[in-house]
Amino acid sequence: MLSRTADHLFWMARYMERAENTARMLDVNYQASLLPQAADAAEKGWKGLLGISELTGDFAKHYGAVTPDNVMHYMVSDAANGSSIRNCLQAARENARAVRGTLTTEVWETQNQTWLEFQRMVANDSFLRDPSSMFEWVKFRSHLSRGVTVGTMLQDEAFHFLRIGSFLERADNTARLLDVKFHAVESEYYGGTNGSSGSGKDIEVDFYHWSGILRSVSGFEVYRKAYRNVIRPEKVAELLILRPDMPRSLAACMQEVVTNLKMVANEQSADTLRRAGRLQADLQYGRIDEILATGLHAYLTQFLDRVGTLGVGISRDFLVPVAA
Amino acid sequence: MRPAFDEMRANSDTVREHYRGYDRWLAQQPVDVMLSRREEAEVIFRRVGITFAVYGAKDEDGHGNERLIPFDLIPRVIPSHEWVEMEKGLAQRVAALNRFIHDVYHDQEIIKAGHVPAEQILKNAQFRPEMMGVDVPGGIYSHISGIDIIRAANPDGSGGYYVLEDNLRVPSGVSYMLEDRKMMMRLFPELFSQHRVAPVAHYPDLLLETLRSVAPPSVNEPTVVVLTPGMHNSAYFEHAFLAQQMGIELVEGQDLFVKDNFVYMRTTQGPKRVDVIYRRVDDDFLDPEAFRKDSTLGCAGLLRAYRAGNVTLSNAIGTGVADDKSIYPYVPKMIEFYLGEKPILNNVPTYLCREAEDLKYVMANLHELVVKEVHGAGGYGMLIGPAATKAEIEDFRKAVMANPSGYIAQPTLSLSTCPTYVDSGIAPRHIDLRPFVLSGKEVQMVPGGLTRVALKEGSLVVNSSQGGGTKDTWVLEA
Repeated sequence: MLSRTADHLFWMARYMERAENTARMLDVNYQASLLPQAADAAEKGWKGLLGISELTGDFAKHYGAVTPDNVMHYMVSDAANGSSIRNCLQAARENARAVRGTLTTEVWETQNQTWLEFQRMVANDSFLRDPSSMFEWVKFRSHLSRGVTVGTMLQDEAFHFLRIGSFLERADNTARLLDVKFHAVESEYYGGTNGSSGSGKDIEVDFYHWSGILRSVSGFEVYRKAYRNVIRPEKVAELLILRPDMPRSLAACMQEVVTNLKMVANEQSADTLRRAGRLQADLQYGRIDEILATGLHAYLTQFLDRVGTLGVGISRDFLVPVAA
Repeated sequence: MRPAFDEMRANSDTVREHYRGYDRWLAQQPVDVMLSRREEAEVIFRRVGITFAVYGAKDEDGHGNERLIPFDLIPRVIPSHEWVEMEKGLAQRVAALNRFIHDVYHDQEIIKAGHVPAEQILKNAQFRPEMMGVDVPGGIYSHISGIDIIRAANPDGSGGYYVLEDNLRVPSGVSYMLEDRKMMMRLFPELFSQHRVAPVAHYPDLLLETLRSVAPPSVNEPTVVVLTPGMHNSAYFEHAFLAQQMGIELVEGQDLFVKDNFVYMRTTQGPKRVDVIYRRVDDDFLDPEAFRKDSTLGCAGLLRAYRAGNVTLSNAIGTGVADDKSIYPYVPKMIEFYLGEKPILNNVPTYLCREAEDLKYVMANLHELVVKEVHGAGGYGMLIGPAATKAEIEDFRKAVMANPSGYIAQPTLSLSTCPTYVDSGIAPRHIDLRPFVLSGKEVQMVPGGLTRVALKEGSLVVNSSQGGGTKDTWVLEA
């Protein structure tokens, strides 16, 4: 297939996935803000969210005060924010439009309709009256987008590049979420020797913090099922990093990336495949106690670097037209 | 000017025979149902993204310059016997036009025979000297031809079909023909069980067959692609649509390169050879090495590869020499000259302002004539005398006098009308018809074509860029 086409497909899937993950994080923060909590704790949640997307500075420049409405407006409908859900959905749609002939009619119509409906939903910021239903909608449009891809597209190269885009983006987003959420806690609750200190209040705070992370990746019920235990931070980390059966974990994402990369391999992609395979092997054979011993933040930073390098490699080997 | 011929009604009491079934059905439809169908159609077109771009326009809803072409619910119906004649006439006309283009770029017999003045061809801006002596597969230049046909009232009240214009460069609109039919079948399936409407959905198949049949002869399994200027082009939807329907790549200039006079596209698996290019890019922009240097829409070296016979361009370079408005009056002569046949389809009588006699007549009758720029397209650069103000007529007079050979004039034939949904209900609006004729190993077409409708009351301009809409076109099977 055309390199340019593969590029558009890859980015279409990435932007859709990014929109979904942004909606997930916003929703969890919004839900948390409905719980009784100190003002600074609530603000911290919203700040953390901006930090995940590396937007703290840009937000401060344009909005000033970190309030739920400000952050939600900025992250949902602000056309000036390149990472807003609005811009992700538009970019997904524009990429789809550029290659609509490669997509099935259903896939294209899904992308197009998502964009058209979204514009109606965010007109006048009316979504702020019930943000959760908007976030839910974004999530379901993303489910639909993936589902209609899997359900209607020929499993050829186009399909594989879509999948690579989805899972590379998801790996990146899950890693960022973990990093920020663990970082936030380390200073107060998790920085010590062996997890939470045990007082009733702390356990309660912990529960909402960790269950919030789990919920943001639809992992709360999964956690209970997998561990049949109280919510423990190291188990949360294990679930989201190493469990190959958890669909949003780093291990599961990299497994998908590797599988699909193998299907499109070409003469110059050996090194990119090697890197992807190695990253996946590290996850497959990693242990959570080792990871925590070296430091979660360092581990995740390195992971994000490696995912970034992988993206560059994929782009060079497949997507950006190579000189004749 | 005679009153327009109405496709549906012979007079206020009488519905024409081929419309009777539809008329009965329409009379039974509650108004609100039809209105809601109309809204449904618009929602679906928007969702499917069946849009065209208006250059320089921007709208408020964030759709950029993407616009919907208005779709009208009332079909244009053509009885079988009329289509049979038209089909013969179209095949004949396109065959003659292809012979003409071949002749122009080879021995120029028609000039030698004195039927067309040499300077009309050789000094035509659309004449491409680069094509002299170049042989193309099967001698076919215009593989996809859009022939614009109108119907005007004859003195006896019957309607006569006339060819208004030939489009042999990159005629567009076929995607609307296909989508309009899909929409009608979705909105009103019962109509199709009551009428024997000839299907059109196999057009992409015929197109692919045509394109494959004109591949360079040495290629067994040709790779065919559609070349588009990109997603900002007004007809991008159609380019993408046709590529998808044919299951072939939609490429942009940047995806192609030429090496050793062969054309390749850049793919995820390395370079891949391209044998046939259905190009939706004008000649001028095809190859910066040969034509416009500033073009980023084409591919450098394409002309070299083409002249070497290593790739087929569809349509060929230089077909514009045959669809120019100044060549149009000579088409009936071409049919007689090349085919030895009488033309089946009529031309609209045409005055060439370059000829002193004709110019004199045109100047004296501007208020009754339609005057067209020879190289104009899309309804721009055109004077409709009876509808124009004095000032507009005087402006045109000056323009024509300054450059007579740039203009032709025709009597104002009132385009036929067809009942159409408008704000006030159902009212007659003027329509035309563009059938698409495919020429490869054989000449093929699907029954009917694209019917365009001028939605403004009294307007004769059907172009989508100027407020035109479309209708489904039914050819009823006998």
